[in-house]
Amino acid sequence: MMMIFGVPLAVFMGQLTLGLVNGAFYALLSLGLAVIFGLLKIVNFAHGAQYMLGAFATLLAFQYLGINYWLALLLVPLVVGAFGMLLERYLLRRISHLDHLYGLLLTFGLALIFEGTLVNFFGVSGARYATPEVFQGGLNLGFMFLPTYRAWVLVAALAMCLFTWFMIERTRLGAYLRAGTENSQLMQAFGVNVPLLITLTYGFGVGLAAFAGVLAAPLYPVSPTMGSSLLIVVFAVVVIGGMGSILGAIMTGLAMGIIEGLTKVYYPEAANTVIFLVMILVLMFRPAGLFGKEA
Amino acid sequence: MTFMKKTLTASIAVAAATSMAISTAHAEISDGEVRIGYLADMSGTYRDLAGPGGLAAMEMAIEDFGGSVNGAPIEVFSADDRNSADVGANTVREWIDRDNVDMVGGLVASSVSIAVTKVVEENNKLAIISGSAASSITNEHCTPNHIHYVYDTYPLANGTAKAVVDQGGDSWFMLTADYAFGHALEGDVTKVVEESGGEIVGGVRHPFPTSDFSSYILQAQGSGAKIVGLANAGADTVNAITTASQFGLTQSGQQLAGLLIFLNDVHALGLQATQNLLLTTGWYWDMDEEARAWADRYYEEVGARPTMVQAGIYSSTMHYLKSVEAAGTDDPEVVRAQMAAEPINDFFARNGQIREDGRMVHDMYLAQVKTPEESTNEWDLYKILSTIPADEAYRPLSESQCDLVQN
Amino acid sequence: MADAQTLARPSAVIERQKRATMRRNLFYIALIVVGLVAPFVAYPVFLMKVLCFALFACAFNLLLGYAGLLSFGHAAFLATGGYITGYLLASYPGLTPELGIIAGTLVAIVLGALFGILAIRRQGIYFAMVTLALAQLVYFVFVQAPFTGGEDGLHGVPRGELLGFISLRDNLAMYYFVFAVFLFGFAVIQRTVHSPYGQVLKAIRENEPRAVSLGYNTDMYKLVAFVISAALAGLAGSTKTVVFQLASLTDAHWHMSGEVILMTLLGVSARYWGLSWEPVSWSACSMSCRNHHWATG
Repeated sequence: MMMIFGVPLAVFMGQLTLGLVNGAFYALLSLGLAVIFGLLKIVNFAHGAQYMLGAFATLLAFQYLGINYWLALLLVPLVVGAFGMLLERYLLRRISHLDHLYGLLLTFGLALIFEGTLVNFFGVSGARYATPEVFQGGLNLGFMFLPTYRAWVLVAALAMCLFTWFMIERTRLGAYLRAGTENSQLMQAFGVNVPLLITLTYGFGVGLAAFAGVLAAPLYPVSPTMGSSLLIVVFAVVVIGGMGSILGAIMTGLAMGIIEGLTKVYYPEAANTVIFLVMILVLMFRPAGLFGKEA
Repeated sequence: MTFMKKTLTASIAVAAATSMAISTAHAEISDGEVRIGYLADMSGTYRDLAGPGGLAAMEMAIEDFGGSVNGAPIEVFSADDRNSADVGANTVREWIDRDNVDMVGGLVASSVSIAVTKVVEENNKLAIISGSAASSITNEHCTPNHIHYVYDTYPLANGTAKAVVDQGGDSWFMLTADYAFGHALEGDVTKVVEESGGEIVGGVRHPFPTSDFSSYILQAQGSGAKIVGLANAGADTVNAITTASQFGLTQSGQQLAGLLIFLNDVHALGLQATQNLLLTTGWYWDMDEEARAWADRYYEEVGARPTMVQAGIYSSTMHYLKSVEAAGTDDPEVVRAQMAAEPINDFFARNGQIREDGRMVHDMYLAQVKTPEESTNEWDLYKILSTIPADEAYRPLSESQCDLVQN
Repeated sequence: MADAQTLARPSAVIERQKRATMRRNLFYIALIVVGLVAPFVAYPVFLMKVLCFALFACAFNLLLGYAGLLSFGHAAFLATGGYITGYLLASYPGLTPELGIIAGTLVAIVLGALFGILAIRRQGIYFAMVTLALAQLVYFVFVQAPFTGGEDGLHGVPRGELLGFISLRDNLAMYYFVFAVFLFGFAVIQRTVHSPYGQVLKAIRENEPRAVSLGYNTDMYKLVAFVISAALAGLAGSTKTVVFQLASLTDAHWHMSGEVILMTLLGVSARYWGLSWEPVSWSACSMSCRNHHWATG
């Protein structure tokens, strides 16, 4: 058997694949954060909670309304995104003139409120959402057995990342958005409705988090605290990639998934910590992140 | 100020009086009430294991006992420790300082339990631990002021690992939660497996808690071991089992051995994912007529079948109250001695006896999770394969590191 | 504008400052009186918890409120103080509690300097993220290091005898010691912010480039503020460990870093309503109350 650093090749390849799946997840979540930061200059601390809301909405919609997975995949991001727009319109906008730290604090507070409310009703032990019938079973890749659903998560998350990238880099709306990021006052002078653009952007970012939540529902136990532990990892990803950088968020998300996956083989105890180590190193040597523009 | 001083002098006086009373065997119940605190995780990961159900079980015991001991009413205090040693120790300290609580029961997370035992020892009260797994509680952490009632890691490792090796599962891969409890369980299992002629071929220590087990499961698959031992608990175990079933671990010829799995875990996971899993339990609701009768009453009260911890809370509360009654006092030393003097045989414990290190030893059972075809209803989950006699199940006193044991 | 007025009537400014100083002194006296009487009204252990968290929040606010630095890793200092003190007192029975606390605080200072040197070079969000990441590494060390007891925590820390002869086993004695520690920490902060150094710090918060152009080595100023803050957070953690006789991972988790932000935030917003910044301690109080009710409710 061929070995790579003391690990059989098959296991090594398997870990890379799994790392990629997790990475696609990180990419999706950090993409939303990056988009929001890019335009609103807000570190959306509620991102984890919004991801959690997505998963919860999927679960509850199934339990009480009988809405199936596919419909949830379409509806939940819209509903949670709309909720996000309300938050932007009635809360975040009020503090947009203050230091960016206030946005961080406000969204942090919101996250705690969402979490606390749901803990009150559902406890923290979490419920399970059955994997959709279509995705039962798995694919034999030769070096590993990959459950179909994980393959789907990889595909769906990457497709969504690609779609977002295309929207922002290649469409007129995206051009407005990018311009707004550079100089929103000038945009306003050109007659673009910047406040609306901001609301939509925030809603879109939140929708992406909710989309990730729907994808996560069959994978992990759906519990009110599922977002908070993921959140700081995703932050680290965004910071490493360079805040506000779309491409940076996607690439770093994938890379971090793989690095984390390999850590799980060579030094599993540190799997939750390695990303922060990378983050410190990056911030020491490339303060604006790997893909960020130096200020 | 005077108030504080008064209560202080009063409590000193009471303490002096009781210690004198012991010697003259005219003890009484402190301030005319027996006060019991119920401390457990009421909202977190371990909620379903003990939580509100455990409180209900404790209250059932008190009600069945008649609500008072020798004319002294029984009062219950309850709190959520949120699995934090900080919160748990503070709550108990406050109960003791302000409400003069005599005994604390429940107690799930090992860290909380250990913290609480230090507080009760310092204040000379009693704690009866039903939910914790760590065998260190009656080993290096033993005190004369606490009892460990339901189970610990020693019989879990001993029962399950030995049975699995005997059935031919002689090569193991250990999936261990990276903290004291996981390490202890892993150590116990390793010892048992090797003694029974098996071999540990590999292992991985995962951070606690972990939600994504895919990478570790893949490593277990790559190890070629016949058995994947899960030295973790609660949500980690549940996640590991789910992931293993998604990755077709059992289809590829490997078997899972859950070392700490509760009825509620199996119920939540479903039989599809857990079938044929071997486990060791201190009690099972459907194991005989007596157990079933109590479980039925519990079911009416709570709406779920009790775990061994919840049943143990009832049994230990009952045993405590009986001992207070027999001793005629709630003085912890006397009650503790009385509890140890009386063997325990009820719907929960068979051949139960509290040892000098505080360990309640009783018969344990090797069980197997039923297949979906075998199960007749939602809670029909285990079949009992064999009984592990009380004197074999637990760590022998000769290996004890407890100061209370003369070796 | 207020500035224009002050230029026009200097005497009014002095007058106003005098009144402010008087109000502040009155507030301090009231605080001390309340603190002395409190244990006869409320449960002393609960009050000690409030005081420890209040000190922690004040330490944090020195950084956020005066230097404008948002640290997302302050739990690391709280926990470090706690673990070091706990470990020393539990392993060396001869050690008196004040020495244990001093040792815990010293280690927190060293850690603070280390964090500071690495983080000060970054600003705003990046500063917050570096501190968060460093605190995560510290958390990892505490989980792995054998002396902390990992998830089980560090237990059985003796309260011991203050200076070798005052037993702290009695809650009342313990309370007054904690109160004294709190007043000390509080005084350090007051002295810092009302000194010329504190003025420079505020200037940096308002406009750093300008402070640089005035010739101040702003990084050095910020670093000193960071270290003082870390020291006091460590002091709070050390004291807390002596009170509760245990140290656990709860204090090291990033949620604790988040909680102290919330505690402080309530205090800072109180400032906007025209109150002085001292309400920080009240928000810490409400925070501990919340914990407390969760615990017993």
